[in-house]
Amino acid sequence: MSTVAELPPPSGPPAGPPATAFAEDPAFETAWRTRDRIGVAASWFCGLALIAVAAAILIYMLIQGIKFVNLDVLTEHPKSSLDQSKSGGFLDPIIGTFMLTVLGIAIAAPVGVGIAVWLTEYGRPAPLARAVESGIEIVAGTPSIVLAIFGLLVFSQGLFSALSFTAEGGAVFGRSFFTAGAMMSVIALPLVVGATREALLAIPVHVREASYALGKDKAATIRRVLLPAARSGIGTGASLGMGRIAGDTAIVVILLGASLRLEAENDVPILGNLRGTGSTLTSYVYNNSPVGEGNAPEKAYAAAFVLLLVVIALNFAIDLISRRRKTAWTT
Amino acid sequence: MGATHLIADRVRGLGRLPRGNRSPRQPQTPADRRAELVLGALAAAVLLLIAGMVVFVIQKAWPSFSDNGLTWFGAKGEVDAQMTEIFNSPADPDNYVYSIGAWPLVYSTFLITGLAVICATGFSLLTAMFMVEFAPGWLQRRLEPVIRLLAAVPSVIYGLIGILVIVPFIGNHIVSDEMKESVRFVIQLDGTSLMVATLILTVMITPIMVAIIVDALRAVPKGWSDGALALGVNRWRALWTVSVRAARPAIVAAGVLASARALGEAIMLSMVSGSVGFAPNPLDGLTFFFEPSRPLAATIVDNADGLSVQPFGETLYAFAAVLLVSAGGLSFAGWFIRRRLRRFSLSPT
Repeated sequence: MSTVAELPPPSGPPAGPPATAFAEDPAFETAWRTRDRIGVAASWFCGLALIAVAAAILIYMLIQGIKFVNLDVLTEHPKSSLDQSKSGGFLDPIIGTFMLTVLGIAIAAPVGVGIAVWLTEYGRPAPLARAVESGIEIVAGTPSIVLAIFGLLVFSQGLFSALSFTAEGGAVFGRSFFTAGAMMSVIALPLVVGATREALLAIPVHVREASYALGKDKAATIRRVLLPAARSGIGTGASLGMGRIAGDTAIVVILLGASLRLEAENDVPILGNLRGTGSTLTSYVYNNSPVGEGNAPEKAYAAAFVLLLVVIALNFAIDLISRRRKTAWTT
Repeated sequence: MGATHLIADRVRGLGRLPRGNRSPRQPQTPADRRAELVLGALAAAVLLLIAGMVVFVIQKAWPSFSDNGLTWFGAKGEVDAQMTEIFNSPADPDNYVYSIGAWPLVYSTFLITGLAVICATGFSLLTAMFMVEFAPGWLQRRLEPVIRLLAAVPSVIYGLIGILVIVPFIGNHIVSDEMKESVRFVIQLDGTSLMVATLILTVMITPIMVAIIVDALRAVPKGWSDGALALGVNRWRALWTVSVRAARPAIVAAGVLASARALGEAIMLSMVSGSVGFAPNPLDGLTFFFEPSRPLAATIVDNADGLSVQPFGETLYAFAAVLLVSAGGLSFAGWFIRRRLRRFSLSPT
């Protein structure tokens, strides 16, 4: 501030272009103090450190993946064995991850899109809309472990016995692909709502008005105009949600039962599996890490590598989807 | 809009855009009314879910709280021994054992969360400044995928790397024999520690914070920092005294969100934090950082097999209730901060 006061008074003759005048003024504070230099250096250090951490994780997992992933572990069923070389592969967890992700997003996508449409297009009464908005945020902030044991509590009620295995005495097990998928949809929900809402809000009002002017009612406008226009937002949200589902462990450990293989509840082809228990890549990694029962680090690394590939693939999908989003609305 | 909000939306997925895009009111057809009802019911179901969660979990947890009163949060000796006793309590409902002093677990939760959020705040603020101001263009473009990648890596992979790489390294090379000797009668040091837990948790929450802070820094009107530069200060000072100051509320909001994430992290912490119900003692000096502990969320995962034993299960639900209430409190704090932010029109994400 003081520098301003010390500038030559305006009555003085202009000495060349102002830029050089400023730079040559010794009172001027362009000097880099040591503190500033340290700050910039720390900033560079942190930025590069973050890149280094990401690169280290990627490279390390890649090395472990190349070492331990082979066709056998991808195509064999897991067997329980103390010896790492005999404990089979992780075909079942791969299928389990796939089933759970599809099931979770199949619930979360329609519900999430519905909520986002209601929030942006209707939103009446306003207090309810505000409450729902905050509610979504609370759901997003709820630890998945809490959701998991809440799900266990709810789905062990007799009311939901159709979703899982019922023991002889009438106790409902509460653990199955259905129940885990239902809770997984809850953790994916905020992501779908957020992305869809952003896409809907990006559509200018006059697009809606044009549709009304053509005699469409609001429901038809949503279905025929808004949802198609928000397609890429919905896709982004769904991919984010799938990434979250594929990477979550707590819900799987608690709600999918502890069986490594897919244990169908009965012989009905798909429904039986969905009512039965199983494992996913995340729970497989957890169980085969030193803290789990399996303790087979090689298998854990291999499965973790496959899991990382799945997550990165979903990330690429998001990039592809959003690169296509080039609807330039004129306002 | 889109460009400035991209990162946080991708990392956290919760974009918040200003309202005012609402279409005009118009006469409703029956189809409209049906759509509004169905969609409104879906939205209201979210509130129902939250209410159900709070009621169910707290109701299930109640016996544990009512039996212990406020001493539930106190320290009553070894928490692991108490949990074993609860697990082995007689099958007769009148003789269920509930006595627990969960202080070591609560303390561990808040200690690890607090340390990680403090570390991550400094780290991500500097990283965000690097991304916005100092990084050359090509590096800036590389950094966004890096942050998205770090945010997307599942916590079980962080935990796996932690337990197989970092924990053995710390246990074998950093923790000296004198350290192990000094606390030999209290706890065994093997590398699973506060330090590893904090370190990995910091890496896990940094992407969220960086994304929010970057968005906030980019949202600061260019004229403000240009004005500072025109007054002749250097780039660092312009950024530090103008942009960062303007984005201060967003930094707080990022910290709140990151704490919510850290609070609920169960799997990674159950793998690397040591799984001993022990309260690390700051009086131990440097050794403090190498002492194991076990936060609430990890305790639930570790003992999930015991959920069906009634008094034990109810104790676990009590842990969950504490987490739920804390997470709710953080959501409320985030909402409160954001409300204050709107006044400065620098809302995060």
